[in-house]
Amino acid sequence: MTTPMVKAEEVYKSFGALDVLQGINLEVAPGEVMCMIGPSGSGKSTFLRLINHLEKLDAGRLWVDGELVGYREKNNRLYELKDREVCAKRAEIAMVFQRFNLFPHLSVLENVTIGPTKVKHQPASEAKERAADLLARVGLGDKVKAYPNQLSGGQQQRVAIARALAMDPKLMLFDEPTSALDPELVGEVLDVMRNLAESGMTMVVVTHEMGFAREVGDTVVFMDGGRIVEAGNPREVLVNPQNERLRNFLSKVL
Amino acid sequence: MSIPNEGGISTDSPQPEKPEIIKAVPVRHPGRWVAGVVLLVLVAMAIHTLVFSQSQVPGQGGSRFGWSVVRQYLFSPLIVRGALITLELTVVSMIAGVLLGVLIAVMRLSKSRLISGVAWFYAWIFRGTPVLVQIYFWFFIAALYPHITLGIPFGPGFVTINLNSVLGAFWAASLALSLNEGAYMSEIVRAGIISVDEGQVEAAHSLGMRRGMALRRIVLPQAMRLIIPPTGNETISMLKTSSLASVIAVNELTHVANNISAQNYKTIQLLIVASIWYLAMTTVLSVGQYYLERHFARGATRALPPTPFQRLKRNLRYLRPHLHQGAPA
Repeated sequence: MTTPMVKAEEVYKSFGALDVLQGINLEVAPGEVMCMIGPSGSGKSTFLRLINHLEKLDAGRLWVDGELVGYREKNNRLYELKDREVCAKRAEIAMVFQRFNLFPHLSVLENVTIGPTKVKHQPASEAKERAADLLARVGLGDKVKAYPNQLSGGQQQRVAIARALAMDPKLMLFDEPTSALDPELVGEVLDVMRNLAESGMTMVVVTHEMGFAREVGDTVVFMDGGRIVEAGNPREVLVNPQNERLRNFLSKVL
Repeated sequence: MSIPNEGGISTDSPQPEKPEIIKAVPVRHPGRWVAGVVLLVLVAMAIHTLVFSQSQVPGQGGSRFGWSVVRQYLFSPLIVRGALITLELTVVSMIAGVLLGVLIAVMRLSKSRLISGVAWFYAWIFRGTPVLVQIYFWFFIAALYPHITLGIPFGPGFVTINLNSVLGAFWAASLALSLNEGAYMSEIVRAGIISVDEGQVEAAHSLGMRRGMALRRIVLPQAMRLIIPPTGNETISMLKTSSLASVIAVNELTHVANNISAQNYKTIQLLIVASIWYLAMTTVLSVGQYYLERHFARGATRALPPTPFQRLKRNLRYLRPHLHQGAPA
């Protein structure tokens, strides 16, 4: 059996008195596209942020590609990883944010090349060439010299995806990538993501786009109140939900 | 496609001719006219007294303000050297102050209570005491510590420095101004850093950037937009605060002007000379600030504001066809 790309075992997380995650267990296989759906505040985004250690988990274990996230286990004791080690692992996991988070002081091209050149120490010429290719791939070959706020939301999000891809990630995390977009711009971003999924990228996607989850997702996970309520093949889970809460949720979203 | 004309809304109906451009009688502003006239009279009076009124001192000719004396001293070597020393003091203290300010600001934002506490204490001391006192303090510190030894704490020393010979008036003043400026700059830099959206740091981290790199490459360049205007303000303020160094006999502009007027009693004239130099220097600094702000506005505004030179060119381009129109065919 292959090592799962993401494996969570009894993951707990709380912010103060607020219990955000209460025992998450799941596995994402390499090449799988997992869509996480659920009402806001259900802990989807928090779980995503735990995967690349932007937040620390409180209890349980979380592995990415067979390696523990944030810690090293030796003689039954956990040792916190150093900043340098955490960053090295993050460099292999790309994240796309709801609000794009492009670097506004850098041009589109520089946004895409800054990771490869400064973190992976690629030669500038190579990184530039690769960035131009990636930008062409997301349909923005002509926007190389523009600055992020000269672009529409959909274009910005596609730059953010190109920026993520430039790091050659083995796993991509999408945190509601289309929620901040005008309805007519959602399609262009989803198209790019669909192509990515077809190319075999492992993706965990927090989304409210049920159509995307049904067509592109290999699995769908419905979360509510910090727990996984229902999970499985989206064509079954979304079409014929077993759980009352999911039925309720879907009736409001669809 | 056209929607039937319901509720007075029409779409795609055949375009009627554009209605006549409105020509209305503009609102009159008599108050503005009165204020304008009053101001003009005041300006005329000021020019008259500054330029044309004659000296009231018996036996002395020339204008009341003694412009010939001002002209005589404006470019005298002593004054020019004084202006240069003022500029040196300002540049040295601002560079040191900005570097110190960034350091203190970063310390202030540290998660370690001790480090942020030390930074807070620093700002408390140096913002809470007058610069003048601090200048005296660093000038006379050599009396307390005639020698400073560098070495292992509480252990043997390697190098001994004679403070009296190293810390002359100029460097004592520079030290005082730098330390003081560092405290003010730290607050400015801190405000700039916390103004940058948290998502920026998250995005940098998720690319695998470490904290220092995220600060240097992502946060500080964006913070600069907020940091530059108050820093320009600080620089202009520093140019004038450096005149306080005259109390420990640094030969900067104010001190030189004072020295000269102590001999020839032309106090007002030499103060005017000094003021002209201060004004000239602050003007040059403001221009520099404008271009610096423009540089860091990249990406923040959709189009950079034009430089004055570009604006001039555009205005000329706009004027030309109008001039041609005016010419008889």
